[in-house]
Amino acid sequence: MNATATDEVTAASAAPASSPGLRPVLTKAAGWVVKIFVLLIAVEIISTFLTSDSLQWSTVWEYMFDDRVLTGVWQTIKLTVIAMVLGCLIGLALALMRLSHSVLLNAVAGAYVWVFRGTPLLVQILFWFNLASFLPDLSVGIPFGPEFGSSPTNDLITPLVAATLGLGLNEGAYMSEIFRAGILSVDQGQSEASAALGMTRGQAMRRIILPQAMRVIVPPTGNQVISMLKGTSLVSIISMNELLYTVQVIYSRTFETIPLLVVASIWYLVLTTVLSIGQYFIERHYSRGATRNARPSVAQRLRLTGRAESHDGFFSSPATQPADGRVVDQETK
Amino acid sequence: MTTVTDPVTARTTATRPLVQLEGLCKRYGSLRVLDGIDLEVATGEVVCIIGPSGSGKSTMLRCVNHLEKPDQGLVRVDGEVIGVHQRRGRYVELPASELARQRTDIGMVFQAFNLFGHMTVLENIIEAPVRVAGQPRKEAEARARELLAHVRLEGKENSYPRQLSGGQQQRVAIARALAMRPKVMLFDEPTSALDPETVGEVLSVMKLLADEGLTMLIVTHEIEFARDVADRVIFIDGGRIIEQGPPSAVIEAPQHERTKKFLSRMRGGVEEG
Ligand SMILES: Nc1ncnc2c1ncn2[C@@H]1O[C@H](COP(=O)(O)OP(=O)(O)O)[C@@H](O)[C@H]1O
Ligand SMILES: [Mg+2]
Repeated sequence: MNATATDEVTAASAAPASSPGLRPVLTKAAGWVVKIFVLLIAVEIISTFLTSDSLQWSTVWEYMFDDRVLTGVWQTIKLTVIAMVLGCLIGLALALMRLSHSVLLNAVAGAYVWVFRGTPLLVQILFWFNLASFLPDLSVGIPFGPEFGSSPTNDLITPLVAATLGLGLNEGAYMSEIFRAGILSVDQGQSEASAALGMTRGQAMRRIILPQAMRVIVPPTGNQVISMLKGTSLVSIISMNELLYTVQVIYSRTFETIPLLVVASIWYLVLTTVLSIGQYFIERHYSRGATRNARPSVAQRLRLTGRAESHDGFFSSPATQPADGRVVDQETK
Repeated sequence: MTTVTDPVTARTTATRPLVQLEGLCKRYGSLRVLDGIDLEVATGEVVCIIGPSGSGKSTMLRCVNHLEKPDQGLVRVDGEVIGVHQRRGRYVELPASELARQRTDIGMVFQAFNLFGHMTVLENIIEAPVRVAGQPRKEAEARARELLAHVRLEGKENSYPRQLSGGQQQRVAIARALAMRPKVMLFDEPTSALDPETVGEVLSVMKLLADEGLTMLIVTHEIEFARDVADRVIFIDGGRIIEQGPPSAVIEAPQHERTKKFLSRMRGGVEEG
């Protein structure tokens, strides 16, 4: 879809530079050849899917709203939310540590990111799940000092806990970079003005810096949430009953492997689509005051994206916010 | 310095200056940015600070509210030492919350306005009164509207900073600083980032404040403004006060060679940042 708009713009802008008449016609013809080629491939792929015997669409529908599948979907959502919240909290803490002037805090945060970003997520998940064989008992206390309570690790590390730790701690390493970049993107003058007004560093961070950093933080975080949602499928390896593990359990008995994988895929697609839409509205909220123009209404926006095939619709993450009519100019060509 | 008799205690005391800088020194590496600045500013006095780019004007101003920590020397505002306190005969940094409290007495206006971009004009102005001073929101809003009228920006309450011209933004920034009812206001080149046609509207608001008796320290390149409004003009070069006095002396009849050179360059229309 986007290619159409781009091709025409390229053709139009190329025209005056070369010999008039022939070049635009050739470019246009080449454009059509590419379009037809792409269309043929797409039709071929879709028809293969729709008509394949091994796909068994009736089986897909049968399992789509199966109780076990729905429970799996719910577990996936729950795990995504918990791990993402944990990841954000850790990420924010690490970012603040890295931005502090303390050498110790900097080193600790740096080491954390180094370890958690430098080892595979799957290995980390397995590590947490098998923590018991490394630390048979978990205790709360002061190192080399008194102990306040202790409990066998295996009782504490359920698949849900291991999955949360694995996904959340790993996410923290990535989120710390996103938070740090976001905070650094806010002009130094903002914290100076806050300080001059008598705000403490904490107040300035909460009220002034972070809300403005959000514009930079939200788009990549949206991508992280979507990655996380898909990443939860990794914990099927430790028998956590999320979506993928659930369909695996079903097809291991019925051998309807492909239809059930399609069921899982459709659910993943539905969830990621919902997330993309949510991301769009959150980004719109944090773009307050970012442009001189008043924000267009949702209806206006839908019309703009629909007509002009704008690059920042629901399903992509706009780097720059609200459209200001430039898209419409392009459309009138 | 005048002497007054306190009607309550019936004691005669010397009125102390509102702002005192004592022997301020500051260096960045081997560069001496401030080289022993002494200055006393009386309540209600308007002091304009002029000098070439890089002479340490901003650094001096930022030392007053401790945005910059001097290596040596003290700043007092209304008698209170800013940013440090004495412990066992030595000056040590104040806790951050104490410094924050002290800063509420010192308003500051920046060259780049530094309005909070995600907040409306009204939200910008009431933020510190509500969150820092703990004023009720209603009260803070009423005062914010008064201040907006004062800087001639009625009706702009709900605009975002980016929707305003530079001159309008700077007047909002002035209103925001005034909302905390500071004892003294610091201005660091408040018109240097403005389009020529909006410079006047900011300067006239500042003149209004001066006429109302607000104590102001103003770093500026607007020599005409300094001549009209300042009680005292200070010329700084190389981190030292070279010359100071009423505008009629420093601007009309400068004594030092460096002041003369600087002023003739300014009049020649060569503006510096
Ligand atoms: N954070 C800093 N690090 C190093 N040098 C600085 C810093 N801030 C200011 N300076 C230097 O100190 C000198 C005085 O700066 P400043 O007070 O901003 O001058 P003015 O406001 O008079 O133009 C300049 O030479 C500037 O480059
Ligand atoms: Mg300066």
